[in-house]
Amino acid sequence: MNIQNLTITEAKIGLKNKQFSSMELTQACLDQIKLHDEKLNAFITVTENQALAAAKEADKRLAQNDELPLLGIPVALKDLFLTKGVRTTAAANVLSDYIGQYDGTVVKKLKDAGAVMVGKTNCDAWAHGSSGENSDFGATKNPFNLKYVAGGSSSGSPVAVATGMALGSTGTDTGGSIRLPASFCNVVGLKPTYGRVSRYGVISMASSLDCIGHFTKTVEDNALFLSVTAGNDPMDATTPNKPVPNYLQSLTKGVKGVKIGVPKEYYGQGLDPKVRKLAEEALEVLRKRGAKLVEISLPYSEYAIAVYYIIQTAEVSSNLARYDGIRYGNDRSFFSDEAKRRIMLGTYVLSAGYYDAYYKKAMQVRTLILQDFAKAYEQVDVILAPVSPTLPWKLGAKTEDPLAMYLSDIFTVTGNIAGIPGLTMPAGFADGLPVGIQILGPQFSEEKLYQVAHAFEKETEYWKEGPKLL
Amino acid sequence: MSSKYIPIIGLEVHVELKTKSKMFCSCSADYFGQKPNTHTCPVCLGLPGALPVANMLAIDWCIMIALALHCKINQFSKFDRKNYFYPDLAKSFQISQYDLPFGEKGSMELKNGKKIGITRVHMEEDTGKLIHETINGEKVSLIDFNRSSVPLVEIVTDPDFHSAEEVVEYLQRLQRIVRYLEVSDADMEKGNMRLEPNISLSVDGKTLPKYKVEVKNINSFRFVQKSIDFEIKRQEEILKTGKKPLQETRGWSEMKNETVSQRVKEEANDYRYFPEPDLPPIRMAKEQISTLESSVPELQEKKSNRFVTDFSLNSYDAEILTREKNIADYFEEAVAVGKDYNVTPKQIANVIINKKVNIERILPAELIKDLIEGSRKVDIDVNELTVVITNVLQDNQRAVEDYKSGKETVIMFLVGQVIKQIGKKIDATMVKDLLITQLK
Repeated sequence: MNIQNLTITEAKIGLKNKQFSSMELTQACLDQIKLHDEKLNAFITVTENQALAAAKEADKRLAQNDELPLLGIPVALKDLFLTKGVRTTAAANVLSDYIGQYDGTVVKKLKDAGAVMVGKTNCDAWAHGSSGENSDFGATKNPFNLKYVAGGSSSGSPVAVATGMALGSTGTDTGGSIRLPASFCNVVGLKPTYGRVSRYGVISMASSLDCIGHFTKTVEDNALFLSVTAGNDPMDATTPNKPVPNYLQSLTKGVKGVKIGVPKEYYGQGLDPKVRKLAEEALEVLRKRGAKLVEISLPYSEYAIAVYYIIQTAEVSSNLARYDGIRYGNDRSFFSDEAKRRIMLGTYVLSAGYYDAYYKKAMQVRTLILQDFAKAYEQVDVILAPVSPTLPWKLGAKTEDPLAMYLSDIFTVTGNIAGIPGLTMPAGFADGLPVGIQILGPQFSEEKLYQVAHAFEKETEYWKEGPKLL
Repeated sequence: MSSKYIPIIGLEVHVELKTKSKMFCSCSADYFGQKPNTHTCPVCLGLPGALPVANMLAIDWCIMIALALHCKINQFSKFDRKNYFYPDLAKSFQISQYDLPFGEKGSMELKNGKKIGITRVHMEEDTGKLIHETINGEKVSLIDFNRSSVPLVEIVTDPDFHSAEEVVEYLQRLQRIVRYLEVSDADMEKGNMRLEPNISLSVDGKTLPKYKVEVKNINSFRFVQKSIDFEIKRQEEILKTGKKPLQETRGWSEMKNETVSQRVKEEANDYRYFPEPDLPPIRMAKEQISTLESSVPELQEKKSNRFVTDFSLNSYDAEILTREKNIADYFEEAVAVGKDYNVTPKQIANVIINKKVNIERILPAELIKDLIEGSRKVDIDVNELTVVITNVLQDNQRAVEDYKSGKETVIMFLVGQVIKQIGKKIDATMVKDLLITQLK
């Protein structure tokens, strides 16, 4: 048995029944990294020694029948998550040898839940990108076809889960950076409601859009993971004091009578017919299970990319200003092109005389997009849409055309602008490459997303199709 | 002023609040004299991933200052990022307030009846501190982040002042207000209160000049006076030659006793303000504001007037007694105790003002006790005393002779005998004087 390919839920049973130890499970993941990461480039730092020490500790607690939700489970962290004493680079040369000075809230919560950290995963530098190719540590490859991108910005984390290098992994989603790579790698990825999971201790990209989420193989694992990470954090003023439901409880409620919105703007021009076909098949599966499909309109979505590239770059320009060469070793010349591009754009849109024309206007349109969704959720419970307008693309296909790269986020940025949750799940394959769909719901409706996704997953089980890594 | 120019002066004052913790983290805000970089955490160091959380007490205090300055309070307010580069600025932006300060459009009335407009009262965070030193023969610049993110309230006035005297009066009043509110020590030497006047000269006093000179690094009211007077003279001389003074920032040099140019502003800095995304906007309910309003104590002016009417003090005494709230409170407590013993407020005021009573050590009740005892000593009937003294002198012929033969110390023995016979605590000096007169 390849225990590294188990789901978290399965592994928990195995650990509990002493079929294998956390040491064995962790070692299996580490072996997988050793075997395959040279070609996949999912990890920037592998923390083998710390992982084995944590696994040993977990085994002790397992022997005492401790009931922690992730006890002994190997997980990987996107290298934007600060880890005390462990290098934290944001996949950027500016921080190439920066050692984290503290554990962020999510890292602490995962450790407290008994998780074992196997390492820090690759991503687009500063999370700027949709393919993973902007990493200063080299692009992550798609495990289903090494000539293709894994998607980004969280590129290494979904690859780690898809290939058994970890059973779960964290990511950040500012414009689609969890949902898109999850779709490209055939795993489940959640971008929670803005503020549902603390951002404290995660390197900021665009603070008003950043959401802290995670990747797992299955919906159930995903719900379990969120139960650990969600909740108010006194260290993050944008996390409301809302109770955290038991996300596992409503999983099996089914979709009978659930109204699913089908936004016409997301199925029209610019959508690859192969992606459309799989999304429509998904709708049909859910309809057959009793869901009601309702055509809706989100007319302001067409302005989402424009709005996003104003607000996001403005915040990026401010958030990256501290890396000025005084305290973080490497100076500003270490910034790569994409970061410089965003710093310049952001500085421009905030400049005196331009603020009203760009930033202020963008914030006004942001409100309109929010209202779009609010209106839609008066008619429907959730919305189902494609994640990426295209299939995963070949490495290098868009690197010379930043605008084309930006447009790959066209269906995902709206979720960030509106602050609503979105869950990507595997929806099949085209040309041998995975295609995901996303379920979007009103703020704090993660339970509902899991409920719909679980029903779909039970019916389709696309996640079981793993990459062939020979 | 004999000149044909009228000074136009506006003021920016930064007041550091004395909250226990910093503005956006839980580090101690008490940085003065502490070992560098010991009161720091990821937040005030601006480390990657760290996020600010607003100190609600500091916000309340900022609003109280605004209320004391008769400002309109914005029920919907927010923080903004002020982006600029400086090595002591941990995040390369300062969290401040831009278009929605907690308070705006207030005023303060001066003694001459003139109202100074308060443009705005807003909340922000302090920066770290650069220290330039020579270590092992090498010139180095060091950063101390203990002060980083200490709460600061910035109070900006309209350009309503026309003289240094008006500015100093305003500042003294402002200092008393924040001390009365007990939100800041407003100690200038410790940097709790920082003053930046901007000065220019106008021909008619109405049209604002096309330049403005800002003076920084002023750490006393005396230097404010001096620097303003210096600037008025300096600018006047430039204007007389038909030129326009440069728009610039100058610093007060204590050594040279003059202002010196620090930075010439080509154009206004572009701080690229935008709403701080890490902090949700602040909505203040009307009730919250009125609660804060009711917690603003009676301020000096009002208290001083009340002392005049309630306690029949002259306004000079009342003003002195109310300069510091704890002295005024002490006075009122003493008055309350004194009432039962027929001690008048005026008597108490005299003691406090003239004898500089140590209010930390002597309780108001003790002060009254001392006053009563002191007055009892005087209360003894002089005729009765004279009779007793005559008796004592008759009974102690030996001592009287000793005294007359030059052994003057024996007088204290006689004083003791008199006091013993009277059987009350009386003023020994008075007894001694009377004895000496009788012995002559």
